[in-house]
Amino acid sequence: MKVNWFKFAAPANFYPVAGWLVSVFAVLAAAAILIGLYWGFFETPSVLGGTNPQKEYYRIIFIHVPAAWMSMWLYLVLAGWCAIGLVFNTRLSYMMAAAVAPTGAIFTFLALWTGALWGRPSWGTYWDWDPRLTSELILFFLYLGYIALHSAIDDTRRADKAAALLAIVGLICVPVIFWSINCPDPTQCAALHQRSSLSQMESNILSSMLIMAFGFWMYSFAAAFARLRGIILEREADTAWVQELATKEARR
Amino acid sequence: MKEFLAQGGYAFFVWGAYGMAALLLIVEVVVLARRRRTILTRIGRLVRMRGAKTP
Repeated sequence: MKVNWFKFAAPANFYPVAGWLVSVFAVLAAAAILIGLYWGFFETPSVLGGTNPQKEYYRIIFIHVPAAWMSMWLYLVLAGWCAIGLVFNTRLSYMMAAAVAPTGAIFTFLALWTGALWGRPSWGTYWDWDPRLTSELILFFLYLGYIALHSAIDDTRRADKAAALLAIVGLICVPVIFWSINCPDPTQCAALHQRSSLSQMESNILSSMLIMAFGFWMYSFAAAFARLRGIILEREADTAWVQELATKEARR
Repeated sequence: MKEFLAQGGYAFFVWGAYGMAALLLIVEVVVLARRRRTILTRIGRLVRMRGAKTP
């Protein structure tokens, strides 16, 4: 079967596809999150050994790490769609970018929030100007800046381009967050986040965390496509197909 | 059950984190579901208004 993928770059053609994708990703997300939560809460040890034992509060890991991963990944996706929009001048790319941003902001906030609640029992503080915490906070402001700048400009096409530039400039923040724990000498720079490795984790904890990360990823797809449908309708409100759809819905 | 909810005395931290995550994700889902309906209703109303003017 030969599919003309460019056909789906037209908002009118992608709208029904997006609706179908929302359901698929929502089911995947719900299943993964339920399995991940069950596994994480009932199939894992309640105390982790070591010199500084992590008690039950370590279970925040199952949302903290996936949320933090999503916050960075969704920013890459956001900047990626912005770049595609600027290069190819495709409307749907900018709509995708605008659809991803609020979900990314939510996950960034969740990473900070759950991190604070994990930091208090394990490090003794809710907040510290640790490199990773600080750069993650800046990422949160970048998401808010993108959303605010976009909504502050009335002309949609200009808003798309200006906000896209901001998102691409802000891309520098992502590698900073990622490598902010690579402190060569712990006595030189105090970092609360220590270098860690997935292979050192207890296998049940690792599996539940990865399943939760998959669930959050699928959730992001579902939320972004659902928001995209709203954005398409708003921006194409003057076209015949949207008006037809609106009259059909009203009759139901 | 009680033991599960207590999380070894760290209930505030564990449920504070999970509660906020659940709250934000559920609110996002509800807002998104409503938003599309609202937009369609608004456009539908506009179309009917315009249709009434030009017979």
